[in-house]
Amino acid sequence: MALKVQDYKTDVHNDWCPGCGDFGILNAVQQALAEMQLPPEQVLLFSGVGCFAKTPHFVNTYGCHTLHGRSLPFAVGAKLANPDLTVVSLGGDGDGYGIGAGHFLNTGRRNVDLLYLVFDNGVYGLTKGQASPTLKKDIQTKSLPMPNINDAINPLAVALAAGYTFIARGYAYDGKGLRELIKAGINHRGLALLDVLQPCPTYNTVNTKEWYEGLEMDEATGIKKASAPRLYKLEESGYDPVVHNPADPAEISQKMVQAFQKSQEWEGRIPVGVFYQINLPTYHDRLNDRVAALKRFPAAKMPIYEPSTGTPAADISKALEELRVC
Amino acid sequence: MPKAPSFSWMIGGPQGSGVDSSATTFARTCASGGLFVFGKREYHSNIKGDHSYFQIRVSEEEIHSHIDEVHLLATFDKETLEIHKQEVVKGGAILYDPTLLKPEEIGRPDCLLVPILYSEIIQATAKEFHREKDLMKLQIMKNVISVATSLGLVGLEFDLLKSTLEGIFKGRRAALAPMNVWAARKAYDYGTQEFQGSYPHRLRHVQVGNGHRRIMITGTTATALGKVVGGCRFQTYYPITPASDESEYLESHPEFGVAVIQSEDEIAAITMAIGAAVTGARASTSTSGPGFSLMAEGLGWAGMNEVPVVVFNYQRAGPSTGLPTRHEQGDLKFALAASHGEFPRLVLAPGDLEEYFYDAIDAFNYAERYQTPVIVLADKALANTTETIPWYDLDGVHIDRGLLLTDEELAVLVASEGRYKRFKFTESGVSPRSLPGQKGGIFWKTGDEHNELGHITEDPDNRTRMMTKRMRKLETAAREIPIEKKVNFFGDRDADITLVSWGSPKGAILDAMELLKGEGIRVNFLQIHLILPFPSEFVAQVLSRARRRVNVEMNYSGQLAQVIREKTGFTMDASILKWNGRAISQNEIVEGVRKVLKEQESKVVLTHGA
Repeated sequence: MALKVQDYKTDVHNDWCPGCGDFGILNAVQQALAEMQLPPEQVLLFSGVGCFAKTPHFVNTYGCHTLHGRSLPFAVGAKLANPDLTVVSLGGDGDGYGIGAGHFLNTGRRNVDLLYLVFDNGVYGLTKGQASPTLKKDIQTKSLPMPNINDAINPLAVALAAGYTFIARGYAYDGKGLRELIKAGINHRGLALLDVLQPCPTYNTVNTKEWYEGLEMDEATGIKKASAPRLYKLEESGYDPVVHNPADPAEISQKMVQAFQKSQEWEGRIPVGVFYQINLPTYHDRLNDRVAALKRFPAAKMPIYEPSTGTPAADISKALEELRVC
Repeated sequence: MPKAPSFSWMIGGPQGSGVDSSATTFARTCASGGLFVFGKREYHSNIKGDHSYFQIRVSEEEIHSHIDEVHLLATFDKETLEIHKQEVVKGGAILYDPTLLKPEEIGRPDCLLVPILYSEIIQATAKEFHREKDLMKLQIMKNVISVATSLGLVGLEFDLLKSTLEGIFKGRRAALAPMNVWAARKAYDYGTQEFQGSYPHRLRHVQVGNGHRRIMITGTTATALGKVVGGCRFQTYYPITPASDESEYLESHPEFGVAVIQSEDEIAAITMAIGAAVTGARASTSTSGPGFSLMAEGLGWAGMNEVPVVVFNYQRAGPSTGLPTRHEQGDLKFALAASHGEFPRLVLAPGDLEEYFYDAIDAFNYAERYQTPVIVLADKALANTTETIPWYDLDGVHIDRGLLLTDEELAVLVASEGRYKRFKFTESGVSPRSLPGQKGGIFWKTGDEHNELGHITEDPDNRTRMMTKRMRKLETAAREIPIEKKVNFFGDRDADITLVSWGSPKGAILDAMELLKGEGIRVNFLQIHLILPFPSEFVAQVLSRARRRVNVEMNYSGQLAQVIREKTGFTMDASILKWNGRAISQNEIVEGVRKVLKEQESKVVLTHGA
């Protein structure tokens, strides 16, 4: 029987603010899983800490709501121990790019086959609206006592430099587009970053839904007018993010330069979609090449004992023989 | 006098000059001759150049510690002589390079001074093997030469050294064997012919009975092998002295089937291990104090979410970076309480290289049986100890995965209860455990307080019950774990003094007990092996009948004594403490006990070691 969106929902009370971008992302995650027909018990979600981090509780799959900034290493450990699972790591902009920045960077060195989806709204919501690492300099939201004194980081450019093999940006209220990006990120064999722009209607009073979608208030009349939306889709602009020959350094370089340039666009128009994609051996491939036993059984499934007797399966006699002195 | 004539050999030199390999060659040769060996390694936090040394104690009887005396000191440089010459016993021998200094400059006319013309032997060897152009490379043979001269001096048969060298130079390096054996022979004969007559100490080949197989092993390797047998298939680490050796041993043996992941920091090390453990892998991480500090938040999450994860903390001298390559037992109270809030954890403190192995297995069994973090407090001294011990006996070793559900058991449970609850309230506190991938077993985990399903709730009644459920696992563990896994008691019930200790001082205490017995001092010794849950009843029983209660620890404040007082109400009468970064010797325990008994000292501070 085909799985429906309903099968991925729980009845847990949702306490996000009305109008929160998290809702759009949550729906897109549930719909993407349903469209992919992934059995709920084969999916394992991890999240860090923040409003967004409650997401796993609303999704009817295995879920771990972990520590602030640590979603990625938890997810990496789980995926490497059991690669049969579909592992998605959920992060926030403060959570993943601030306190968890070291993991964000270093996970890029490993190309573990998982999707890192970051809820990016420019503020720390649960602690009442402080500036996050993606809030642009000099912006003053209602919640800030002074304009933001720090420059913002560019997560897409950082991911590119760090070695992510799939880099994309989505928008929380573009349901269909976001769904497709989530599916593409999960299907990508390797490490995928999907940074999702989302409004925080309570604390980010600058980068609002209206701001992203070009609904500008006419000061004189007080009426919202639809000017040109800020967001545009890369795929509709003829942009090709894919490295077609991963063995060609020139093509890699060209596609990285192009992705970097696209990642710089913000004032005026903001691109969403896939910025960069390359297929390379995963960390698991590398591990399997070293440790033959892992090819047959991943760490979580390796037979370690005889269940009826408890006798350990490992044979260390050869190692002991090497250490033997008499 | 030592219980058995034991012989102590020391080699020193700049870090990176081959001190370790010389010592291993010497130790292996003695061990292959049926002798018991205990080796202590000391080094600076530096890659090349600073002074390091290795002391090998050898005996025909079992030994478990080092002694202060040195019977033979082998040196390549002046610094080693300066630092260690006073440790050499009267009538002992000092091997030195006569091109560096004159014998009268050594200042030990009461010792046998053996000049070794390293360069002469190396040149002769180069000539013999037509390697004159490699003279620089061959300087490394100083090591073999010093070992061989030493063995010639004590008269341990050359064939043992020969086969040790052939065992070292094999495979890709096999071509180097004849040259090393040739140089060794020259140096050995020099030691025998020129100096043996003036030297009183001898080592002899002892026949070892059939069925008494022995291995020579270090603490980190012992742990690694225990983890393999215990089913650990996922190990994470961030490089740190002295813990990295364990992970590197596992990584260099891919046949064990362990995924070894070097993480970006210790926060990632523990959270990766927890992620792997959530999926059902037996997962572990090994670190030292500074790394363990970073792991605190991960420990708390694993405790809150009932995840079996095993953490080895090879303690070194703190606080902060401390003495990064030196020994201490300063993390006991931190390990008992690390991370904010309260959650159950087990804390084990192995005291020798057999316990390092078997505790690694037990740690995983406890972690899964009680579904909570297990911390093993290892330390620098034993991590870097090289010791001969009996072949590990695997009879009776078993793996216990606790309430881990099979697919069938899970289906039955779901059928009878309607829904799987990961944190179901149970009498023991332990709930049946499913794994991701299992149909019907979906769970949620969260660092927030949660209900039986694993969803967040701040309900006060749930909080009271859930906290109680988790903490109750500690009572269950205390009840189920047999006393012989919690404590070891040595000596007679009645004694003049009762020593209480944990971890690595065990060896020195056991060796010293024998000596003190010879002096008419009756010592018994309580080793506390499982520190949490604390074996309060047994400890109280022993202490209540003790005449004089003394704790022996490698830390400033007597942390175990504080724990004992907290758990049993008993106060120690005296303490023997040390915090200079160097492990406790057999001599120091003997002297410490004398001071407590004869001079009525209530706090003895030990300071030996270079």
